[in-house]
Amino acid sequence: MATSIKVEHATKVFTLRYHKTFKQVTVAKLRGQKVSDTFHAVDDVSFEIEQGESIGLMGLNGSGKSTLLKMINGTMRPDAGTVLTRGRIAGLIATGAGFHPQLTGKENIFLNAAILGMSEKETARKFDDIVEFADIGRFLDTPVGNYSSGMYSRLGFSVAVHVDSDIFLADEVLAVGDKPFKKKCMAKMQEIRRSGVTLVYVSHAAASVQRMCDRVIVLEKGKLGFDGPTDEGIRYLHYDEPDDEPGSLDQADAELGADV
Amino acid sequence: MTEGLPASTETGVRHVEGDLLPPSSNQGLLEVFRRRYLLRLLVKREISARYEGSFLGLLWSYINPASQFFIYWFVMGKIMRLHDSIPNFAIHIFSAIIVVHFFTETFGAGTRSIVRNKSLVVKMAMPREMFPVAAMLVSLYHVLPQLLILVIVLLSTGWVPTVTGVAAMLLALAIAMTLGTALALLFSTANVFFRDFGSFVGILTNYVRFGVPMLYSFSFIDPMATWVKELYLANPIASAVLLMQETFWVPAVDAADQALVVMPDHLLSRGLIALGVSVVVLVIGQLVFSKFENKIPERI
Repeated sequence: MATSIKVEHATKVFTLRYHKTFKQVTVAKLRGQKVSDTFHAVDDVSFEIEQGESIGLMGLNGSGKSTLLKMINGTMRPDAGTVLTRGRIAGLIATGAGFHPQLTGKENIFLNAAILGMSEKETARKFDDIVEFADIGRFLDTPVGNYSSGMYSRLGFSVAVHVDSDIFLADEVLAVGDKPFKKKCMAKMQEIRRSGVTLVYVSHAAASVQRMCDRVIVLEKGKLGFDGPTDEGIRYLHYDEPDDEPGSLDQADAELGADV
Repeated sequence: MTEGLPASTETGVRHVEGDLLPPSSNQGLLEVFRRRYLLRLLVKREISARYEGSFLGLLWSYINPASQFFIYWFVMGKIMRLHDSIPNFAIHIFSAIIVVHFFTETFGAGTRSIVRNKSLVVKMAMPREMFPVAAMLVSLYHVLPQLLILVIVLLSTGWVPTVTGVAAMLLALAIAMTLGTALALLFSTANVFFRDFGSFVGILTNYVRFGVPMLYSFSFIDPMATWVKELYLANPIASAVLLMQETFWVPAVDAADQALVVMPDHLLSRGLIALGVSVVVLVIGQLVFSKFENKIPERI
């Protein structure tokens, strides 16, 4: 099997600025306060993913999952270390696609597909499928800025799954979808997975990670906390221990309303 | 979907061609021109977005330069009486406005382009040089009808285009295009870090308007000391404006008034040098852009 994603000592440093204007910065400097600080969003993370593997990327909020995905999809570059990928990448980062709010759904489909590397012909051929899957009806010719958050993510997901990709990134894609759409998406992602596409799936829902992934990577404050089989990873995160009484993961997820 | 069961293991085999590569593009402007379809979509989007929700729409790109032209022509020409010393003052101004407007629009819109496209910049992997380049092409798109108007007016007065004239015009546009893109690249990154640069560009473009022989003719600069003259001509946009006037204004002046026409010597070679300088600035712009691009998504 060929390596699909190779992350070696990847580090991303963010700078926090406490003050915005010239005046504030000057006052802070005179008082001897710090004007900025850095933190490691992703800190010396290394792993390798084979083509066709399905990875659950887990961790608490702010543990660096989205930053790591942004480095894998090429939106961000690591400050140190390397991230290498093979083939075409599609997917969603942080619950939504990069859409232009002033453009209509239709125009955004073409623009988004073009950014993901699809030609005009290819998009035109898949257009009907994309529209049908997104199921946004007559809102297709309305600017996406007016869409509900659910519609917005449906359209984004629909474009992403119709790109003929080798790597599919799914970052909490289904957090805002309704139940029927979530089911449809899960089925689609299983289909993508079975076709041999490398899948990186970010979710807080342990049961769906269990269904979808054969390996789990856990990030903790930017560092690699765990890398191994799914069940162990979920145990590592203690996501299998509901607060009160023991129950199945499905129940725990359902109670949280996060059954995907 | 099989509820509750562990992940099924039967996965198809997918053979992926190609090597392990960094997912972010780092070939800068070259990559932009390789992805022409995406560039075309962005340009189309910008053209329709620039006058979005306006009733007159694209007409505004005629009304704006036309009103500028009228103000300059009326205030400078009629009230300040520049008509007397500059023959065919209207053509003198209009041929200059076309190239100056092209440059300032590229510079201004290009500087704002990355911040304006924030929603795409933070989530999609694409060469970000795309946005300043698209802004330049949108401005170029608006140049064409203005050129057309100028040519039609001139043809009706018996003006005949020459090969040198057309070459001078193309050179002028190339200078404005290259320098405009270069500065747009530089300032669009700067604008991400500090929005102050957007306002600063507004001031700079004002200087450009007065730092070129548009409202006054070169005959006002010519009598000055040589070093002042050379400094003035070192501005590539001044060269571009003079090249435009060489093409459109100089041949349109009556034989009787030719004595009033003063142009610098070696204009074409000066233009070529200006283009060379602009290319150097473009390379610098690209290098700076590549250096800071990394920080754009987190600072925007």
